[in-house]
Amino acid sequence: MLVVTGKGGVGKSTVSAALGTAAAARGLRVIVAEVAARDDVSRAFGEAGDARTFVERDLGDGLHHISIDPESALEEYVKDQLPRGLADVLASSRLFSYLVAATPGLRELLTVGKVWELAQPDRRTPGAHPYDLVILDAPATGHGVAVLTAPGTFAGAARVGPVARQGGKIHDMLVDPARTAILAVATAEEMPVNETLSLRDALRTELGGQDLAAVVVNGVLPGRFRSAEARALAAAGEAAGAGAGAPAARAVRAARVEEARARAHRAQVSRLRRGLGAGVPVRTLPYLFEHEGLSGDQLARLGEELLR
Amino acid sequence: MNGDLIERLAGKRVVVCAGSGGVGKTTTSAAVAMGLAARGARVCVVTIDPARRLADALGIAQLGGEPKRVDDARFAGHGIVIGDGGELWALMLDPKRTFDELIATLAPDAAARDEILENRIYRELSSAVAGSQEFTAIAKLYELERSGRFDVIVLDTPPSRNALDFLDAPDRLTGFLEGRALRMFLAPSGLAAKLVGRGTSVVFGVLRRVTGVDLMNDLSGFFLALSGVLDGFRERAAAVKALLADDGTTFLIVTSPEREAREEAIFFRGKLREAGLPFGGLVVNRVHILAPSAPPSLDEIAAALDGDAALARKALRTLDEFRVLAARDESALARLAAATGDPDPIVVPQLDGDVHDVDGLVRVHRHLFAEGDARAALLAGAAF
Repeated sequence: MLVVTGKGGVGKSTVSAALGTAAAARGLRVIVAEVAARDDVSRAFGEAGDARTFVERDLGDGLHHISIDPESALEEYVKDQLPRGLADVLASSRLFSYLVAATPGLRELLTVGKVWELAQPDRRTPGAHPYDLVILDAPATGHGVAVLTAPGTFAGAARVGPVARQGGKIHDMLVDPARTAILAVATAEEMPVNETLSLRDALRTELGGQDLAAVVVNGVLPGRFRSAEARALAAAGEAAGAGAGAPAARAVRAARVEEARARAHRAQVSRLRRGLGAGVPVRTLPYLFEHEGLSGDQLARLGEELLR
Repeated sequence: MNGDLIERLAGKRVVVCAGSGGVGKTTTSAAVAMGLAARGARVCVVTIDPARRLADALGIAQLGGEPKRVDDARFAGHGIVIGDGGELWALMLDPKRTFDELIATLAPDAAARDEILENRIYRELSSAVAGSQEFTAIAKLYELERSGRFDVIVLDTPPSRNALDFLDAPDRLTGFLEGRALRMFLAPSGLAAKLVGRGTSVVFGVLRRVTGVDLMNDLSGFFLALSGVLDGFRERAAAVKALLADDGTTFLIVTSPEREAREEAIFFRGKLREAGLPFGGLVVNRVHILAPSAPPSLDEIAAALDGDAALARKALRTLDEFRVLAARDESALARLAAATGDPDPIVVPQLDGDVHDVDGLVRVHRHLFAEGDARAALLAGAAF
């Protein structure tokens, strides 16, 4: 199981989709799972508009996709736990849906519970085939860590009983580096870097045994200006003064802005590297100047680049 | 809708800056508050800035949940004069603490308060309680508005992925606590037991089987404890809803031209419309602006760079990339304008360097508050 986490808007879903594509191309049976109400991964796969949830869709060549909603996950869980008649009693109960909506953390537990089910060698879903790799595009719940700790927290809160057992089983898988890898996606900016570092700390304290398997920094500017060039650009910028709107001055200004941004990016990437230490590999992906979604080929190439 | 920001905000007492995370909402909120204070209003900006750099810049890093006056001297030398009765106050939201305080305020007595605060489910899971960040933001808004201490409150909404989380918070929280039926069946005793009848006890039994008895008991305790503050929550949520829909309130939707943020802004605009909430317009940050004239020749750039042809080539390539972004942003702006019904969004161009100090705030402020021709000239000057 691979959990891809990170702040919203950093390209998490693109990275999930790219990794799924690349892993499938290497012959694995892969499923990329996302949480319903967001369809970022389906959009990355060029599937916008398909509103079906909880269906394992075969995208061909070993690649699959599922959008998980907590309600369906709950229904499946209840069916799995109870004899038919009793399950129906619950399903038709308004009180029951109250309880689910009201219980803090239960939705997270149900979502990650379904992902766990997908990752089992013996699937409890009738007729379902096992996957070699399950990639979860985790919801951006502030720290990204909430969804990972929900099962353990729940197991602790419930102490005994079926929910506690189930939560405990899922928790065991999440904390085991041999079974679960956690990958963070960030951009080279202050907040995403901070969040990545605190995610790492949170994993250490709350998901003992786990560390970030890797960090992907998205959209890093190339940094094409050497420091002597940066000085020359600054001097030319000062000289332009009042004529800053002139065409040549526009090019100088563009170069100065780019240089400053690229420098800031480099500083953030080094801060991230320093903060994470040598144990966590950090990969960077370049900023794309046309950014209205990637084609399937581009996704595959991006995934290859990441797996290299 | 036309007009400059100052016109759009005339007579407003509450300005809510909403939008998806990472679009410069916090900076925009602070710059709006600063601008209004500089124009003579007593303003409080309620912000959630996890990076805390803005708080550092304003000198309020040590702040708790109470508004703190931002020293006017912070702006000395930056061309911003806060005077003429104007005051800038700021407070950083601490959701967990605000939520605890709210419980304390609403609980009928100390025992009830402690029972909730010490409930294991509340303690372990309260950060997940029905969007407590969003709810606490508006709880704070309500409290500040009621206090009458400020002419204007500028609210920076929490960095949720979904701007709607904020809008839905009152409903979700009351929905979460709409536990009359739930509470009755969680602890069916006395009158409640008679009311809910047999069908429910079957459900209850099945539930215990699925979830475990301990969990059911703890949850039961949790809901029962919260029931004491339910009416307080409900009243407050209703008051906040009324406040948000008031004529004195306006929502500024903050966005960037990037696809995700842009589509979220459009979606949120639709939700405001559906909910009948007042829309004050768009603030579009980090826009690359396309100059009407063609890019310069390599020779022209080289001339401006002491004849360094290699550097000129790099600069030209950079300019070309910026022009690609500018063309993208131009169509993003057109889409935003058409889809939100704001034909003249307030545009803040991509600024060089980071915007996290007073100087950056002042630069953003200049773009936000420029009027008429001056605004057009500023944008033209920022074009690539």
